[in-house]
Amino acid sequence: MSDATAALQQAVKQASADRSPLQLHGSDSKGFYGNTVQGQALDLKQHQGIVSYEPTELVLTARCGTSLQEVEALLRENGQYLSFDPPRFQGQGTLGGAIAAGLGGPGRPWGGAPRDVLLGVKLLDGKGQVLRFGGEVMKNVAGYDVSRLMAGALGTLGILLEVSLKVLPRPLERDTLVLEMNRARAIARLRELCRQAIPVDGACHYNGQLYLRLSGSHASIKAWRQRIGGESLAEHSTFWQRLRDHDLSHFRKQGTLWRLSLPPATATLACEQDSLLDWAGAQRWLMSSLPAAQIREQVRISGGHAEVFRRGPDQTAPFQAMSEPLLALHRRLKQRFDPDGILNPGRLFDA
Amino acid sequence: MTELNPDALRERLRKRFAHHVDPEFVLTREEELRPYECDGLPAYRRLPLIVVLPGDITQVQRVMQICHEERVPVVARGAGTGLSGGALPLEHGVLLSLARLNAILEIDPDNLRARVQPGVRNLAISEAAKPFGLYYAPDPSSQIACTIGGNVAENAGGVHCLKYGLTVNNLLSLEIVTVAGERLTIGGGGLDSPGYDLLALFTGSEGMLGIVVEVVVKLLPLPERAQVAMAAFDDVEQAGQAVADIIAAGILPAGLEMMDNPSLRAAEDFVHAGYPTDAAAILLCEVDGDNEEVSEEIARVRRRLLDSGAREVRTAVDDAERARLWAGRKAAFPAVGRISPDYYCMDGTIPRKHLPRVLREIAAMSQQYQLRAANVFHAGDGNLHPLILYDGNIPGELERAETFGGRILELCVEVGGSITGEHGVGLEKIDQMCAQFPAEELQLFHAVKEVFDPAGLLNPGKAIPTLNRCAEFGAMHVKAGDLRFPHLERF
Repeated sequence: MSDATAALQQAVKQASADRSPLQLHGSDSKGFYGNTVQGQALDLKQHQGIVSYEPTELVLTARCGTSLQEVEALLRENGQYLSFDPPRFQGQGTLGGAIAAGLGGPGRPWGGAPRDVLLGVKLLDGKGQVLRFGGEVMKNVAGYDVSRLMAGALGTLGILLEVSLKVLPRPLERDTLVLEMNRARAIARLRELCRQAIPVDGACHYNGQLYLRLSGSHASIKAWRQRIGGESLAEHSTFWQRLRDHDLSHFRKQGTLWRLSLPPATATLACEQDSLLDWAGAQRWLMSSLPAAQIREQVRISGGHAEVFRRGPDQTAPFQAMSEPLLALHRRLKQRFDPDGILNPGRLFDA
Repeated sequence: MTELNPDALRERLRKRFAHHVDPEFVLTREEELRPYECDGLPAYRRLPLIVVLPGDITQVQRVMQICHEERVPVVARGAGTGLSGGALPLEHGVLLSLARLNAILEIDPDNLRARVQPGVRNLAISEAAKPFGLYYAPDPSSQIACTIGGNVAENAGGVHCLKYGLTVNNLLSLEIVTVAGERLTIGGGGLDSPGYDLLALFTGSEGMLGIVVEVVVKLLPLPERAQVAMAAFDDVEQAGQAVADIIAAGILPAGLEMMDNPSLRAAEDFVHAGYPTDAAAILLCEVDGDNEEVSEEIARVRRRLLDSGAREVRTAVDDAERARLWAGRKAAFPAVGRISPDYYCMDGTIPRKHLPRVLREIAAMSQQYQLRAANVFHAGDGNLHPLILYDGNIPGELERAETFGGRILELCVEVGGSITGEHGVGLEKIDQMCAQFPAEELQLFHAVKEVFDPAGLLNPGKAIPTLNRCAEFGAMHVKAGDLRFPHLERF
């Protein structure tokens, strides 16, 4: 065991003995996300480094504190990338944080979420035990899928010491088409396009323009460009990066930033004034001062859920409430992984 | 209650079930129970106490409530095509068949999803989606018969996993009936939902955490075109290297399969696919997508294969040839069944780079145990299916085959792989779980089980061994004269 692992293990054992909550963080670039945790800060950034990477296996294993920048630079050298497209707010972010937050970028509907590429984890449970689940192979159905349970758990079930991910070859070529159209037409056009074998891996509607990112072979992109029309966007990777990292002006306004997760064909909701549509319609970003209950009800009726991504001045609960039986299961799971309730208690739900 | 003798308990359950489920679908006579005595792993057989086939979700809830009150264990079953004994009944338990819940409730092309009942066959979803130009991607070899509920329980794979993922990557939500008969929704209408990823936890949980009563799957656009190349190699290691070279070139094939000489010869004799029988190994590499992309990619694949030392590369000129090249691969298991009275099929996964070593060691074991082995390999995703050939009528051969199989699975774990890639643990590989997981991890699995099923009534004794158990070995027995579902492709 490395010194860094031993130090974390010691910290967790101590906290467990004292029943003293820990507030886990990497680069703290997503500290705003979820409920506030009261507890002793535990820095996981030092637990860093790439453990193994073999491009021809399409698998990378790294410690949680490794920066996304380092991971992505290494992958780029080898013509590969993280298909779940993790956001890097203020340019920061660790691999562990990206998995624990479970957030995917604009490429998520096609490249998957963190849970889709997560093959295995080494974790510290709430008692300081080091446990391993999954592995470095693409297919593994031995035992329950505890690895994927960690994605999006916001550190409440365990500290991710190491993660193993499936990585993919970078597309040979990319181009972004911009088409002028209103929201209703954009939703209809996206539905029609997404039913075809189109090499799209980004689809966003914003300020009266539909942005379509095409990724694939040269001939294929060329053919689709002709079929779809529109203008090619110069500096197109900057656009998607700014969308991913919330660097577009849409995200810089004051107020509460809502993330709506919806069936993609959902028509524009009454609450959705001036929203940004991403994921070909399945995710919408909304700055709104409407009452939370009103937004949540409209989204719920449409079959989705709404979360407060960044809180404004009011203290709205970030996540949509779960049903009682579901919440009870969550509490019992939490109790099994973290009997003393020391790992980010309350960050995801009221324990 | 379990203190009753079995006949009395059966009679009592029959009466209680019949209040809610049409009595015609509550089975108690031996000849009615017989078809449920095993799944696709016929080496294990056991008659259930009683079989019940509810006709809707409310009936499933009532059945579960009764079983919960009576503290009677329940084994859920779809089509029963599983290969690891996961649906093997319990002598003192209820066999809950979901076969009657077989309606496709909705195809929603705008939202690229289908809402179906658990007893719907895997292939039926793709057939229903086809008029919309869509399909459901995971394609386990038994897809004409296996049900989506069983696919969820086993996290079923297929030959296209590297590019399109497993069942877990192709689900949106599940309706679950808990052990106490409560109904729960897991997942939602969007691509994510609040809280823990219980959708992932349920997928592959082998009926141990709850009963799946409705499934919403993702649909994908049908590729415009698919094209396959077959490459022959004089050396297995070269073929393994060619796989790495294709990946290194940035190609993500839809399917990438390898067969060694014994398996390709057996397949060629059986279906005349046109394989070169003197090759040490062949690779089948399929790419799919739009027309332009496929033309470009197949040319790149061809170049790579030749650069990697293939002595011959053949690209299918039309769909008929493509189907023929695949037919050999898909018939590999029955083809091997023709050349040996019995065989064992293993289902290990390994990091691909260890393939040459694993094949070398399998060959050495084959010598040591004096039993032939044929290997077929989902090369793209590292899932190896060694077939061990034996004759159950020769004393000692079965035992040697079992030891041989156990050594292979241990080898898979040793090189960093897993004892099962897609067939599940079930009852068959429960002892090998001990080789893969230390006690602490197994304890956590039991803790997870207890969260959902405190009384241990859902498929008890499967998938996760008790700490006391870790000892013996088992593997997929396929008796040649006794192959269940012989009409199904097995790959």
